[in-house]
Formats: sequence, C-alpha cells, structure tokens
Amino acid sequence: MEILMILVIGVIFTVATYLILTKSLLRVVIGLIMYGHGAHLLFITLAGLKQGAPPLLGEEAVAYADPLPQAVVLTAIVIGFGVTAFLLVIAYRTYKVHQTDDLDQLRGSADE
Amino acid sequence: MSLLHLVILAPFVLAILVPFLYKYVRQVHTGWFVMILPLTLFIYFLQFLPMISRGETIYEQQPWIPSLGINFDVYVDGLGLLFGLLITGIGTLVVLYSIYYLYNKKKESLHNFYVYLLMFMGAMLGVVFSDNLMTLYIFWELTSLASSLLIAYWFHKERSRYGAQKSMLITVSGGFAMLAGFSLLYVMTNTFSIREIIAQADVIVTSPLFIPAMLLVLAGAFTKSAQFPFHIWLPDAMEAPTPVSAYLHSATMVKAGIYLVARLTPVFGITQHWFWIVSGFGIFTLIWGSVSAIRQKDLKAILAFSTISQLGLIMALLGLGSAAFHYDVAVVGTLYYTATLAAVFHLINHATFKGSLFMIVGIVDHETGTRDIRKLGGLMAIMPITFTVALIGTLSMAGVPPFNGFLSKEMFFTAALNATTMDIFNMQTLGILFPVIAWIASIFTFAYCILMFSRTFLGKFKPEKLEKEVHEAPIGLLIPPIVLASLVVIFGLFPNLLAYSIIEPTMASILPNVLADGERFYVNIYHWHGFNTELFMTIGVVIFGSLIYLNLKKWAEVNWFLRERDPLNWVYDNSLVWTVNGSIKVTNMQMTGLLRDYFVFMTVFIIGLMGYTMIKYNIFAIDLANVAEVSPYVLILVIVLLATTVLLPFISHRITAIVATGVIGFLIALLFVVFRAPDLALTQLLVETVMVVLFLLAFYHLPELRKEKFTPRFKLTNLVVSIGVGLVITLTALSAHAFSHANPIQPISDYFVKNSYELAGGKNMVNVILVDFRGLDTMLEVLVLAIAALGIVVLIKLRMTGKEDV
Repeated sequence: MEILMILVIGVIFTVATYLILTKSLLRVVIGLIMYGHGAHLLFITLAGLKQGAPPLLGEEAVAYADPLPQAVVLTAIVIGFGVTAFLLVIAYRTYKVHQTDDLDQLRGSADE
Repeated sequence: MSLLHLVILAPFVLAILVPFLYKYVRQVHTGWFVMILPLTLFIYFLQFLPMISRGETIYEQQPWIPSLGINFDVYVDGLGLLFGLLITGIGTLVVLYSIYYLYNKKKESLHNFYVYLLMFMGAMLGVVFSDNLMTLYIFWELTSLASSLLIAYWFHKERSRYGAQKSMLITVSGGFAMLAGFSLLYVMTNTFSIREIIAQADVIVTSPLFIPAMLLVLAGAFTKSAQFPFHIWLPDAMEAPTPVSAYLHSATMVKAGIYLVARLTPVFGITQHWFWIVSGFGIFTLIWGSVSAIRQKDLKAILAFSTISQLGLIMALLGLGSAAFHYDVAVVGTLYYTATLAAVFHLINHATFKGSLFMIVGIVDHETGTRDIRKLGGLMAIMPITFTVALIGTLSMAGVPPFNGFLSKEMFFTAALNATTMDIFNMQTLGILFPVIAWIASIFTFAYCILMFSRTFLGKFKPEKLEKEVHEAPIGLLIPPIVLASLVVIFGLFPNLLAYSIIEPTMASILPNVLADGERFYVNIYHWHGFNTELFMTIGVVIFGSLIYLNLKKWAEVNWFLRERDPLNWVYDNSLVWTVNGSIKVTNMQMTGLLRDYFVFMTVFIIGLMGYTMIKYNIFAIDLANVAEVSPYVLILVIVLLATTVLLPFISHRITAIVATGVIGFLIALLFVVFRAPDLALTQLLVETVMVVLFLLAFYHLPELRKEKFTPRFKLTNLVVSIGVGLVITLTALSAHAFSHANPIQPISDYFVKNSYELAGGKNMVNVILVDFRGLDTMLEVLVLAIAALGIVVLIKLRMTGKEDV
C-alpha cells in the first residue's frame, strides 16, 4: 500500500507544481493547497501504513497506528489552513488593487 | 610601543589635527604646520644612518592581533631606511612646494589636501618599515586609498574622478592579489614576519605553492609600480595637483612595488621564474614607457610615461640582480651584483631628478597656464632659474655626465652587458636582448628628454598662446626643485657619499647570504671607466637620440606617433564597459520579475541536486517486502483521487475548480479514516469545509478563470519541470521507505503508547502528544492562526493611500 500511496503522492506533487507554474493567481493557490495535501499524505505514508488500531488506548488492541506523525500532520493541517486563508485574502486584495489576477502582469515596478 | 611606532603613526595623528589648524588658524597657510613633521622625521631617520651603515638593524615589536600572528612589528634596515629618508625628505620639499603651489587659501580646500597627504605619508612609512606582511598590506591599501583621494582632489573635474577610479581599481585589485599571495606565504611558513619568511626561503622554494604565491605577490608589486600592462593608471593620475604627482607618482608610491620586489628578493629570487618575470616585465616596461613618452604633448604626460619607463628600468635591474644568488662572489667578483647596485642607486637618482622635474613642470603650468608643449617655448630668458633647474634634471634623466643619471645609466648598461655573460637560465642565447633593448630604450629616453626641454625653454616665445603674463616663479616654489637639483649635482659629482652610508646596507638587505660573514659589498661609483663598451653605448645614445629629435617632423607623420593615449586604455575602458553590460545582461536574463521563472529556477535546482546525488551515490532502492496490503477501499479512494487530481489543471470554470479542490480534500479525509487517524480525518473534514466556504467567498470577488494561453515551449517546460518534481519526490520517498526498514533505530512511538495514560492521564494518544508531550508545537500553531487572523483583518480593513507616515 505504501508504494501505491507514494505513486499517488508523486502525481499530486506533479499536478501541484504544474498549477504553481501557471499564470492565474487562483490556480497558484490551489497548487499550494495540493502541495500541502501531498506533504501530509507523505508524512503518514512514510511512517508506515501497517494495520493496527487507531491510537486510542481504550481499544485494548495489540498494535496501534503510529500516533506521532498523526500529531505532526494535525499541526501541519492547521498551519496550512491559516496560511491558505491568508493567501486567499491577499489574492482578493491584489485583485481589488491591481484589477488583475494574471501573474505576468503582476511583476513589480520597473525601478525595483 | 617604541618611538619608532610613534614616528610611523605621527602623520596620522597630525592628520586628525589638520582640520582644526585649518579652521582656527586662518592667517597662516596650513602647510607650514604640516611641514614641521616630515622635516623632524627626516632628521630623526638621518640619525640611524651611522648605525645602519655599520650593518646593524633595529627590530621593535608591538603586538596587535597576536592570536592571528598579525603584529605591528617594525624593522629598520638599509632598504627600509633608504625609503624612509626618501619619503620624509621629498615629503618635506613637496609640502613646502605645495604651500606656494596651492597659495590661494580661500579657494583651495587645504584641510582635505593635507589630511590626504599626511595619511599617505604615514601609510608609506608603514609599508617600508613593517616586518609583518599583514600590517604591510593594510598600509599598502591605505596608500592606494590616499592616492585616489589625492588624484580626485579637484573632484569637480571629470578627468580627475576618472583617473582616481582607474588607479583605485588597478592598484586595489593588485593589492588584493598580493593579499592572496601573502596568505599563501603564511600557509607555507606559518608566519607573517618577513624576516622569518626569509629565514625559511628554502622551504618556500620547494613548495608547490611557490609559483602561485610569487605571481600573486608580483601582481601587487607590478600594479603599484605601474609595470606593463598595469601602467595605464599612471598617466591618468596626472590630473592630481602637481605636488601630488611629484610626491606620489614619481618618488614614493610607485616605488612601493619596487620596495616589495626588493624586500622579497631573498624569498623568491633564487628561481629562474622570478629572474625572468621581474627582469622581463621590467625591460619591456622600460621600452614601452620611453617610446610612449615621445608621443605625448602634455608635459606631465611625458613625465608620467618617463616614470613608467624608469620604474621598468629599476625593476629589470632588480630581476637581473637576483642572478647573484647563483654565483660565488669570491670567484666572479662584483660582476653580478652590479645590477642590484645600479637599481638602488637609480632609485635614489630617479627620486631626485623626477621630483625636481615634476616641480618644474608645475611651475611652468603655474606661471603660463598651460602644460601643452605646442603652446610653450622660449621660456629660457624669462624664467632663468627654472630653466637651469630643468636643464640639470633633464640631462640627468637623459643620462649625460656629470649628473647622477649618467652614473646609474652606465651601471645599467654594465649590468645588461653582464647579463649576456651569464651561463644560467638560457641567458647565453636570450641574454643579448637585454643590452639591445636597454640601449634602444635609452635612445628614446634621450630623445624625449631633449624634446621636452627644448619645446619648453628653447625656440620662440609665444605669448599670444598663453593666458597669463609670464614671469619667474616665487622663491618658495623654486626652493624645493633647487634642493633636489643640487642633490642631482652632488650625487653626480660625489657618488661615493651614498656608497657606504646607504647603498651598501640596502644591498645587504636585498641580497643577504650572498656574501660570506664579515664581507661587505664593494661599492665604488666613479665616472671614468676608460674606453669600454658602456661608454660607446652612451655616445651612441646621444647620437641616435639627437637624430630622432631632429627628425621629429618626419616621425610625426607616422600613424602611431599621433596617438597620445596608450592603446591599452582601449582594453581597460572596454573591459569596464563589457563588465557592466555583461552583468546587466545576466541580471536581466535571470531577474525577470515573473514568479513562474523563479519557481522554475528553484525546482530545476532541486531536481538537479537530488538527481545528481541519487545517481552519484546510487541510493535508489525499492522495498516491496515490508508493505501493507492494499485494501479495496483504498483502491477506490485512490482511483477517484487520481482522477480528480489529474483533471484539476484542465478545469477552466471556477465553481468546478472549487468543487474539485473540495473533493480532493474530502477524499484525503477519507484516506485518513482508512489509515486509522480519526483526529486527522475530523480536522481535515472541518478545514476542508471552511476552506471551500472561504474559496467561494473569495472567488465571488475574483474574475472567472481563463484558459491558460502558453506558447508550446512554456507548456513543455512546465510539464517537464512538474514531472521532474513529481519523479524526484516519488523516487526519494520510495528510497526513504526502503531504507527506513534497514534503519536500526526504532521509532519512539512505543513510548507514547506506553506512557500516554500513565504519565499524562489520557487515552487519545494523538491528543496527549498535541497538548502534553509536545504542547509547545500546539501553542505556536495557535499563534500562527492568530497572526493569520489578524493579518486578514488588517488586509481587509486597512486602506492606506500611500501618504501616511508609516
């Protein structure tokens, strides 16, 4: 299952990179979200997808899924959410100020 | 700290006081205060003469950065003292001269002038007396800095700024090379002290770093001493006030390179590389400078090229003198150290006559308003004293008896002729070049001396071309050149005054270990050697030189003769332009301002780095044994996830895009469920829901997605880069997965499983980790959310128009 998941993650990263390289600001934001998904899945996958009980002690199971990567990914999801929300508002403000979402036109002033 | 240290630092101290003297003592010319210092120092250095001529030296220590081996150690020997006397002696005369030259106290910013001049003087004393290479380097760069400041003294003139920049660029890059050379010397010997380095000369010669160190040090010496092809800064440095040209660009700073070569001759001089490079560049500079000088129309430019050529002469002699290391003085006698003797003697002579000639040119400029030889003429009767001094200086430079230039020129010919008799370094065949080139260069030297002199003082007086009423200069301007000209005559008539007092100890510093203990160099300089080859060469110089001068009209029709600028300036100017244009091009090519381009750079670099490492260390591995079974749920989820993901870039409708993004998020939440991560699934679901809402809100205000219009090339690049990133991540992850099972270190999860209830009292392990075991992460994550929220509020609420005081 790990091999399959890694291949899927590869596809997610490919698509995310492709989206980031486009001109539209919104596609770039979606690309960044996809990067986040890819990274989270990679984290869980590399810790091993061995079958076991959810990390709840009440289950009284022999083996549990590794709780540490889950905690880390949880933190990452929340941070990713904060950043994405901020990014969306920036995209919105950029469009309001410059009246465009085309990154080719948003390339800074000439005297920089 | 000894008195000697204070003496070297005294000019810097006075430099601090000069602006106050200038501001508060307005009725006295600031130069008078300044003049006291070099005069005192000169007298102080004279006291060392008896001791130095007995063969003793002084060594004073002053730790500065002992942990790095950098100390302000001062060492006085013949070579250092000779330079010390030149710097302070000519310094005194130049300051006196400048008092009358820059007579207008209101118009000239004298405080600047004397601060720079004193800074230069102190730096130069530091260069010649330092025993530590790093201290020497610091003082060396200070001379470059002070020199540039002085060249640009009249900074409102564009030519001055050009000259200052040029000299700065050339001498500082040379100095930088020299620093690298010094560092290599340190690597070889583990000391910065020149005396200790000389003591380890045998270690250095056998080291593989010998050649690079030598070339780098020589780069510094050659740039400073205006050797070919680095001489081009010197003619442009003539935009400086004349006292500066006389002091820095004839007598002292340009001899710093000569000093360095002489000082390090005991270290490098044993090899034939040193012999060929130093003497070869020297002799080429000699002829290049003398041939260039004759083309000039400006008096100072003639003198500048003349200085270049004379410096080449001294450099060539130092190179030839290094051959003395290979001969036993007891067998061959004085034959091979004549070159070093001639170098030292000519060094003194050149400082005297070139200093006086510069001052004369300054007087002519001052009194007539021009330095153009086409406008000047017939000043002999109007300026008799100037004329006399100029005559002495010119004849000495041309090498005519009974002046000192004649003596050093004779010795130069002797040394060049001796070179043909050497039986080392292929000199049997190539040695003949030395006397021939030396002789031709001397002919040109004679010709430009006569040209310069006769065009200024002889011929018809042309008052209509001059702006000023011409008359003799004030006595203050005349005293310094008169003193120098008297020295020219005195050293010419009684050369042995210098022989044992200063020349012999100087030679002992340049050529140590050549003589057996207790022996001294035999220095006897006299005029009449009998009818030998040198005499006939001198007669030939006078005859051919006069012929060139008399046929100047014919020469003038030759094309190269018309070109005043050195052809190498073209190389310098254009290389500057190319450097600037090239860097602009490179910057424009890479700094496009497009986010996509930067992202491509980054990803291409990462792909390259990771790919290279993988191939180089062959670390790709795949582990099919330790994998979990694929459950049917997962298979379905993965297929839907893949399909949505692959479609994502092709969607050009915004609602579809949001829905697709949402679907992917929910699919991942479902995957978390399958992977037995209930908290993750919960969070992912919530976050994805909020995100979709946010997207909808934001998209409501944003324009409709357009179909991307890319050129096929861009499309291809994007595709290749994306697939590259995906591939690299897949391969890395596969390898990491395979190697994680080979890793002997066990995961720490068992600890959490065992202890989450015992230690933290919670049964949900993920939550226990989040708030108990690793609570700090959570706290900061909350902070991230808070900052994001505040940022969003600010972005939406704050409306600055750009006029606020931020």
